This record gives sequence, structure tokens and C-alpha cells, in this order.
Amino acid sequence: MRELSVKRIEDTVYALFMSACCEIGEDVLFLLQKNLQTEESPFGREVLRQLIENDRLAAEKKMPICQDTGMAVIFMDLGQDVHLTCGDVNEAIETGVRRAYRDGCFRASVLSPLTRFNTKDNTPAIVHMRIVPGEQVTLTAAPKGFGSENMSRLWMLTPSQGIEGVKNAIVETVRLAGGNPCPPVVVGVGIGGTAERAMQMAKHSLTRECGTPSDDPMLAEMERELLERINNLGIGPQGLGGRTTALAVHIEQMPTHIAGLPVAVNMQCHAARHKTAVI
Amino acid sequence: MSKTIHAPLRREELEGLRAGDSVLLSGVIYTGRDAAHKRLCALINEGKELPFDLRNQAIYYAGPCPAKPGDPIGSCGPTTSYRMDAYAPTLCNLGLIGMIGKGQRSEAVVEAIRRNGGVYFAATGGAGALIATSVKSAEVIAFEDLGTEAIRRLEVENLPLIVAIDAHGGNLYEEGPARYRR
Ligand code: SF4
Repeated sequence: MRELSVKRIEDTVYALFMSACCEIGEDVLFLLQKNLQTEESPFGREVLRQLIENDRLAAEKKMPICQDTGMAVIFMDLGQDVHLTCGDVNEAIETGVRRAYRDGCFRASVLSPLTRFNTKDNTPAIVHMRIVPGEQVTLTAAPKGFGSENMSRLWMLTPSQGIEGVKNAIVETVRLAGGNPCPPVVVGVGIGGTAERAMQMAKHSLTRECGTPSDDPMLAEMERELLERINNLGIGPQGLGGRTTALAVHIEQMPTHIAGLPVAVNMQCHAARHKTAVI
Repeated sequence: MSKTIHAPLRREELEGLRAGDSVLLSGVIYTGRDAAHKRLCALINEGKELPFDLRNQAIYYAGPCPAKPGDPIGSCGPTTSYRMDAYAPTLCNLGLIGMIGKGQRSEAVVEAIRRNGGVYFAATGGAGALIATSVKSAEVIAFEDLGTEAIRRLEVENLPLIVAIDAHGGNLYEEGPARYRR
């Protein structure tokens, strides 16, 4: 049994958001550069150039990549042999988020859904906690902007629609989104489970290093095929036309019910921010 | 080559713009997004005075990050425009002729742009740090309680934009993707 103060969790959450909001990952930067080489549309190339310049500037000036610093999504894998001490871990996470959004000059974008009163400190966070074997804690911070979140979709398909139906639903989601989610996008997909688990898988798939294929050969092949179909839509960077609509498609799956075929598509903009730390 | 234009805008100047033109915008614009639009339209409905005269102005759909000490503004890219579609025609009818945002607009907005001789400009979504370098000053002029959603008067210099929808039926969100679809 390992003892771990929740203060460590708070400080790690803080550091992860401070970094994630301002420093785009090498994975995304690499894909932006790569697509700049192949993009046929002059607008497309201009947008990609601006995004690369923006990301460089943000890191240099420790400024948010995008003004929408999102809702604070956190994945936490808690080793079952860890004993958390010195307070409430949930409170510690919220405090980490609150401090990061204040100190980083990040935007407070969170409010009551009905009254629309802003909570002013970007809490509450959206926390996905899992208990796993071992005595480590893995934390991933993934601030999520709503331009892309709003373009997400849940499809409760019927089994008869099969793999073709799944692929069509994914491509259709991207087509309907057009320029709204700030393409080039990363398309996160969860297939199977229940309605809520499908979306959780879709969100989780976005924490994978951008452009790394799935370990499952069947899913990896689907990801490759879908990326091509999506880029053939012509939407392009910012929806102004071009060949780079998506940087990557990430899929996760799990068994589902005999009567169902849930497909969740969580859209992620080019500001695909995710930082991980292991304590 | 980018065309240089100034805000407040001049209708004659906008007339020459076509979807697909690159422009550099300098002058004074106003930020406004979801909550501010709702309030503006409520004031109009009640017949009350607006915090600024909409005639010949441009509204930038944006909610910036707080400024760091010494900076005029924090990251300040556009937000998705379709959420303002319900309000935009009302504002266009009162003289608003420029809108700056990202993403496609509704038929009603396209029609309001045509009728009033306006322009809808696309700014690069997710380039908030870069766009902030074009903002020289920012001042909250209304609805301060809305925080990032307050209306701010921005002085901008060479803000890079693309004409997305013009007053002559041009729409880059339709023409652009059609060109690269396979
Ligand atoms: S969709 Fe993403 S890049 Fe675009 S404004 Fe929102 S957070 Fe920023």
C-alpha cells in the first residue's frame, strides 16, 4: 500500500492544464506540418501555416493556443494499492483546475446550463475515474472546446446496419459539422457498449497520441479508410475547402447488446490538447 | 494579395469584396457572442437604446481569454457563428454590415447580408494567440457582468480575414468544399 497526498494530485492537475492549454503536442504539430506539404488548396495552406505559427507563438508566450480553454476533462487511473490521504481527492482535482485557469489567464467558460450563470473559475471539471491494478496514479488533462464538442453525435444504429452503417454514420457526422468544429479535426469514435459508454470511449480515444493507429488491426484499417473518406469530403481547413479535413480518426470498441450498435463520434478540433503524467 | 479595409466599414468598400478575397482589417470592431446577442435583441424588442450604434459596424463573434499583465487582451479567436444566426438578421436590419466568425451561416443570415450589402468574414478558428497580436486595445463597453461574453470595443490592426459570404451570392463554405470533394 502506497500513501499519496491528494495535494500531489492537485498539483499535477494544475501543472497538466497549465501545459495543455498553451503547448500543443508534437503529435499534432507533426500532422499539421505533414498536411501543409500535401494540401492542395491555397486557403487550406494559409490556414495550416497560421495554425502552426499560432501554436509556436502560444508556447513561446505561454498563452492559450485557443481562447476556448474548454471544459476541464480529466482521465484518472487510480492504482488500487494507493491510499489517498490529506483530504478529499475530488476537491483536490477541482482546486487544481481552479488554480490553473486563474494563474494561466485561461477563460472561465463554464456556467449553469439553464440559468447561464458563470461559475467564474471553470469548475466543475469532468472527471473519468477508473480503479486499476498497481500503486500508481495516471492523470490525463484534456481541455475540450465546445466548437467541436457541439458537433459530436450519438448514433444508436440497428445491428442490420452493420459495419457499413457505422462507417457512414462517422463520415456523415463530419460532413454535417462542416467548418464549425475548426477543421482539421481529430475524429474520436466509440463503438459498442451502452449510449454513455460509447461516448466515453470516443472521448478517451482522443487522448491517444494523434495519428497513432489502433492496436486492433481491424480498427486500424477502419481508421485508415475513414480518414481517406473524410478527407474526400473536401471540407478542408476551417471549412473553406481543401484536402485536410481530418488529421486522424481514432476508434475504440467494446462488446454491446444483441439488439444494439451504438456509435458515438466525439469531434475534436485541431487544438487537440492532452497531457499525461504518472505519479 | 490582401486588400486593406477599415472599420467602421463603408458600404461602397464592401461592395467590391467577393467570397474568397483575403483582407486585412484595421480600425474599431466590437466583440459579441451568445449572451450579448441575446441581450442586444432583448433591448431592441423593448425599444430601448443599444450600448453602441450598429450602423456600419462589424461584430466579432469572440470571447477572449483574460489579458496577462501588460497585454491588451488574451487569446482571442473567433467562436462558431451559427449560434448567432437567430439574432444576426435583426442586427443587420439596424445597420450592422460586418460579421466576423467561423463556420457556415443560415439562409436567413445569407439573405440579410444580401439585402443590407454586408459581408461575413471568416477568421481562423483556434488561432487565438496569433489573432491577439492584431489587437491593439480592448475595452468593455457593455454587459460587464457577462465576463468573457461582455461587449468589448477592440482596436485592431491588420487582422487577417477571408471573405466567406458576400452580398452577391458568393459563399466560400459552399464553393470551397465543392472544389476539393472527390
Ligand atoms: S473548436 Fe477548438 S480550435 Fe475551434 S475555437 Fe473551439 S476550442 Fe478553439
